[in-house]
Amino acid sequence: MAIPGQKELTYLEEFMEGIWKQNPVFVMVLGMCPTLAVSVSAVNSLSMGLATAFVLVCSTLLVSLIRKLVPKEVRIATYIVIIATFVTVVDYLIQAISLALYEALGAFIQLIVVNCIILGRAEAHASKNPPFRTVVNALGMGIGFSIGLFALGSVREILGAGKLFGIPLFGPDFQPWVVMVLPPGGFFVLGAWLLLFNWLSSRKGGLERVEPVEGHVHG
Amino acid sequence: MDDISVGQIFVSAVLANNFVLAMFLGLCPFLGVSGKLNTAAPMGAATTFVMLVASLCAFGLNWLVVHFQLEFLRLISYIVVIASAVQLVEMVLKKYSPALFRSLGIYLPLITTNCAVLGVALFQTAREYSFIQALTFAAGAGTGFTLALVLMAGLRERLNLAKVPNVVQGTALSLMLAGTLSLAFMGFAGLGAGE
Repeated sequence: MAIPGQKELTYLEEFMEGIWKQNPVFVMVLGMCPTLAVSVSAVNSLSMGLATAFVLVCSTLLVSLIRKLVPKEVRIATYIVIIATFVTVVDYLIQAISLALYEALGAFIQLIVVNCIILGRAEAHASKNPPFRTVVNALGMGIGFSIGLFALGSVREILGAGKLFGIPLFGPDFQPWVVMVLPPGGFFVLGAWLLLFNWLSSRKGGLERVEPVEGHVHG
Repeated sequence: MDDISVGQIFVSAVLANNFVLAMFLGLCPFLGVSGKLNTAAPMGAATTFVMLVASLCAFGLNWLVVHFQLEFLRLISYIVVIASAVQLVEMVLKKYSPALFRSLGIYLPLITTNCAVLGVALFQTAREYSFIQALTFAAGAGTGFTLALVLMAGLRERLNLAKVPNVVQGTALSLMLAGTLSLAFMGFAGLGAGE
């Protein structure tokens, strides 16, 4: 169902929406709360991104499938329960695949439940669109989110530990910027990325800057 | 976890492991509601209250879930109970204190999706706190959240008068400010009971 007065997007455009034009991390600034904390290394942030993408795709698919059955009054509660179910699945999955990773991410995997991208997508997109379109859009969003997190995590790992994926980059004389792997580094690196994007968009005028209204209210 | 004193838990949650500035929880209200001092303080108070309620519920629920060996339902039951608790708080407030209800407005229902609240419930479970410890932890987390919110609001009110380049305006500037604040809070790192 297309929104009146708006051209229906092709599937490719729908997919690219999340990767570039409405990138959840850099443009919408959504869902940072549980994710900034684990973005201290490239591996951590990539796995967190993939876990979130998995939950995003599965839950929006289900929401889209049952969108005509759910009464309007209880829809948010229904979405939350669906999301919580898939997060539990991911939680056990990561525990089964890699215990070390599970311990590194800790309670933050379960906090994907309150990640506002997922609820935001379920409410804004999945509840109004057929399943296939929803999955394409969710895939784009998930990949865009993973790229954003990876950009954050790799910068923090390169500067904070002098490594990428655990491989030393600069030789033994490199003095790591410890602050980058500490909490302030997370704020600084995300701030710097946003600055870069702002600067690029103000120079080219190509990237539409959407004011992150949603991000300001959801957890 | 019996060896950690109550005072230590409280100080650690307020300063050393501040929920917003050290653990990145509840960032969205932190960036969204911290524009003015007079909305920041009530928001902090409301969140603290919901945290206490959530902590109380989570403690009971966790006992139930473990007793019936239904650990896989923990997360789902937490989120449902927190959502209902917020709803309940909203209804009670509306009935007995309409003035307070109006001043909190839209922020009250949105506390459900605040990751700091779910964070309190999850962390107290993961660290196996006793009943008193859990309540202290929730109170400390709430106080820490309020403190961060009020500090940030003060800074941002001052910042409104400052001249900054256009590119830096908005979220980027807030994040840089939060980073600096977080840097300042790093000074408390030695105080806490640690992770």
